[in-house]
Amino acid sequence: MALLACAALPAMGARAAESAPAVPDTLQQRIASCTACHGARGEGTPESGFFPRLAGKPAGYLARQLLDFQQGLRKYAPMEYTVRGLSPAYLREIAEYFAAQQVPYARSPMPRVSDAVLRRGEELVTKGDPARKVPACAACHGSQLTGVQPDIPGLVGLPYDYLSSQLGSWRTKTRATVAPDCMAEVAGRLDASDITAVAAWLAGQEPPADVHAQPAGSVNPPLACGVLGVRESAR
Amino acid sequence: MKWLLRLSMLAVLAAVALGAWLAFGNRGGRPTPRADSAVAPATLRDPALIARGEYLATLGDCATCHTAQGGARYAGGRMTPTPFGDIPAPNLTPDRETGLGEWSFEDFWRALHHGQGRDGRPLYPAFPYTSFTKVGRDDALAMFAYLQSLAPVRQSAPSPSVGFPYNLRASLNAWRALYFAAGEYKPDPARSAQWNRGAYLVQGLGHCNECHVARDSLGGLPRNTQLSGGQIPVQNWYAPDLSTQANGGLEGWSEQDIVDLLKTGLSAKGSAFGPMAEVVAQSTQHMSDEDLRAVAGYLQSLPARPAVPAKDLAGGKAQAAQGGKLYEQRCAACHGKDGKGVAGVYPPLDGNSSVNEPTGINAIRVVLLGGFPPVTAGNPRPYSMPPFAQQLNDADVAAVVSYVRQAWSNKAAPVLERDVATYRHTPVD
Repeated sequence: MALLACAALPAMGARAAESAPAVPDTLQQRIASCTACHGARGEGTPESGFFPRLAGKPAGYLARQLLDFQQGLRKYAPMEYTVRGLSPAYLREIAEYFAAQQVPYARSPMPRVSDAVLRRGEELVTKGDPARKVPACAACHGSQLTGVQPDIPGLVGLPYDYLSSQLGSWRTKTRATVAPDCMAEVAGRLDASDITAVAAWLAGQEPPADVHAQPAGSVNPPLACGVLGVRESAR
Repeated sequence: MKWLLRLSMLAVLAAVALGAWLAFGNRGGRPTPRADSAVAPATLRDPALIARGEYLATLGDCATCHTAQGGARYAGGRMTPTPFGDIPAPNLTPDRETGLGEWSFEDFWRALHHGQGRDGRPLYPAFPYTSFTKVGRDDALAMFAYLQSLAPVRQSAPSPSVGFPYNLRASLNAWRALYFAAGEYKPDPARSAQWNRGAYLVQGLGHCNECHVARDSLGGLPRNTQLSGGQIPVQNWYAPDLSTQANGGLEGWSEQDIVDLLKTGLSAKGSAFGPMAEVVAQSTQHMSDEDLRAVAGYLQSLPARPAVPAKDLAGGKAQAAQGGKLYEQRCAACHGKDGKGVAGVYPPLDGNSSVNEPTGINAIRVVLLGGFPPVTAGNPRPYSMPPFAQQLNDADVAAVVSYVRQAWSNKAAPVLERDVATYRHTPVD
């Protein structure tokens, strides 16, 4: 009798496998909710810039963004809804998945701006504007602008629309992070034309051969930043 | 017609308000100073009592409303949206100025059992005292001891944004006269201890009926039916009927199915999502197995429901064909051609209560929003569903939802394109 039961088991298993779809036990499969918009490897939608690229961004940065959506510091209802019940451990795992993806950068549409605007953008990115206490982007985001491990994202290879809308959202308080929110301070010191200039110049740069974020400690940020001093913590 | 109904309801409200004012209006309410409390301060510091109170506060899911997004636990500030305005949850930590620091147990009991604030003012029933009144005094004491043991957080709650006439105290007195009677749960001696425990948890601390029944136009709960399902006002999710008997929303659910859903967020019959995902993550997954069985057993004893007269199920043929095609392309890879899902991973859609609920809201919104079932100890890395809001237009969502609601053994009415348009824009809190 027991033998009969054993013999029947594999047959039943095979039948179940036939009718039910095969589900890979991978993180990529589990996070279909993320990849539907951001792409299977976090490539985003470079042509529109609407769904940001996640691939290759530092894991600490990505995990922080997920927590910021969860805590309502970053405002975007579909993201807040999607991440609100996830544990810090799962958020971290998802962040690490996208951080590990290596996806070539795609060219995005450029706005039509004058050479003077591009020069102003280059100046802000590389030197800042000391008169208005705007530090150079490179002071934090790295000399190659590819970011710094583990918490600072790169700025090259990103679409103009994404860059300008993020700088705008710091000013409209729909994007924030743990205090002191140094990027909110910097964005607040820029005016609308500066944002256009910075975003346009950055979007026009060819990413360097090595797009990885620079090692931890390679910059000495000129402002106090909560995200750099405070690691993500469980709510 | 609707305005006439509304107007007559207001007239009734005014009349009851007058009556209530005459009957109860002069009843003063003063706080009980802590020094005069019948509960000794040492009692409130008893670690065993505090631990029991923490468990009970978890069962009551107090933290979910009494914690703002990103805020300190129990420090209040989250808004509960209602058709009458947004009601903020107050700070439950023992801060002296903004929390319960000056409260005695008698004050706490009056809030929980009688629905009155420390000064005797009637509380807005967004605080579900209509259910919490059934909680026993010993349990209330344990919860109070737990709340008093929390670190005080200074944080004032924002003001309610409730408009006239619902902002009048007389309106609340009238509402209470119509819909509220204070009274602890009385065990049914004809039933087992386990059944009574389940009934006590479901009707009291669990406050399941606050969402799982249809409210009337004044936000009142019906007296003659419980847990028979209803649309949650403003939030626009459908909390299904919880009867497992014939024609019930959970028809065919075993005790184990209910336990699984409450403990892990997944069951062989469906997954928790939307507001219920939060309830499972914050509250029910932490229930003891004994309490889960008690709740499941009680729900299984809910009566069968009357058969709903068969609706005209004939949707447009074109819509059905389009829906079937979309299902094949977008849904079948996970939920299966046969709608049976994948055990422990993707919920079945065939026979799923949230697919077949009367309004179609849940299926529409899940298709639009996608998302994760709750993260629980039993399912720490859940599989998720992609949102289709950006990929499918209103007609496509209506087609695929209508298809699913009529495929296999499902026999629910089709949904309309304009319903999808409405729920596409429902805020997701």
